[in-house]
Amino acid sequence: MDWQGQKHAEMLMQIFLVASAVAAFAIGYFMRDFRLMMLIYAGGVVLTALVTVPNWPFFNRQPLKWLDPSEVEKHPKPQVSSNTTFSSSKKKSSKNK
Amino acid sequence: MHSFWYRANAVLTFGVTMLAAMCTLASISDNFNLPSPSAEVKILNINWFQKQANGNDEVSMTLNVSSDLSSLFTWNTKQVFVFVAAEYETPQNALNQVSLWDGIIPSKEHSKFWIHTTNKYRFVDQGSNLKGKDFNLTLHWHIMPKTGKMFADKIVMTGYRLPEEYR
Repeated sequence: MDWQGQKHAEMLMQIFLVASAVAAFAIGYFMRDFRLMMLIYAGGVVLTALVTVPNWPFFNRQPLKWLDPSEVEKHPKPQVSSNTTFSSSKKKSSKNK
Repeated sequence: MHSFWYRANAVLTFGVTMLAAMCTLASISDNFNLPSPSAEVKILNINWFQKQANGNDEVSMTLNVSSDLSSLFTWNTKQVFVFVAAEYETPQNALNQVSLWDGIIPSKEHSKFWIHTTNKYRFVDQGSNLKGKDFNLTLHWHIMPKTGKMFADKIVMTGYRLPEEYR
């Protein structure tokens, strides 16, 4: 999920949950049915989870632009030679003896 | 919001927060209900009235309780606990309360009731003060909500009097 996708996911989650809570309370209150309120809200939470939790393609429309791989080849990482590390470790172990 | 479990956690915690808000509102909405319950208790008979070996007076009576508590029920009501208490004053105690009958009303459909019963719990005084005693019968109720605040109230019915002699 890219940066914009994360922002959208959080906003969608909050809007969906508040909307389903308001709808559930209003319907429950006017129908005089507490169980109905809980069922509607549970449905809203499940729907919200389905929309915002998985990494849908919708959330990956603005991918980050990384540096071109050729840049890495121009500035290679300093390599550590295996010989020097081997000898130094040997020195240390001999000193300990 | 960078990973699956982070988002799942966010939905769950915010979901529970909204649930708490809904339950709070549901409890607050109970305050808009202005109930108008009615109750009547008749003493049909004093079955017996005697002094126990330890000196305490005891009465057995047949009661007829009729009540309409349907207006106590709101959408947030789980059940209503109701009890009838005899209340009277003695030299030792400013208020004696003796529960004579109780019941649980599980739903609005059962809230208009009429019951004919002897006292379910023994009406025993702490001492020997019941001869010719004036007393009140009080219908108390506790409204148990599905969420939130519990309400309690009562209807006091006056003008009952025990016999002058044991029988």
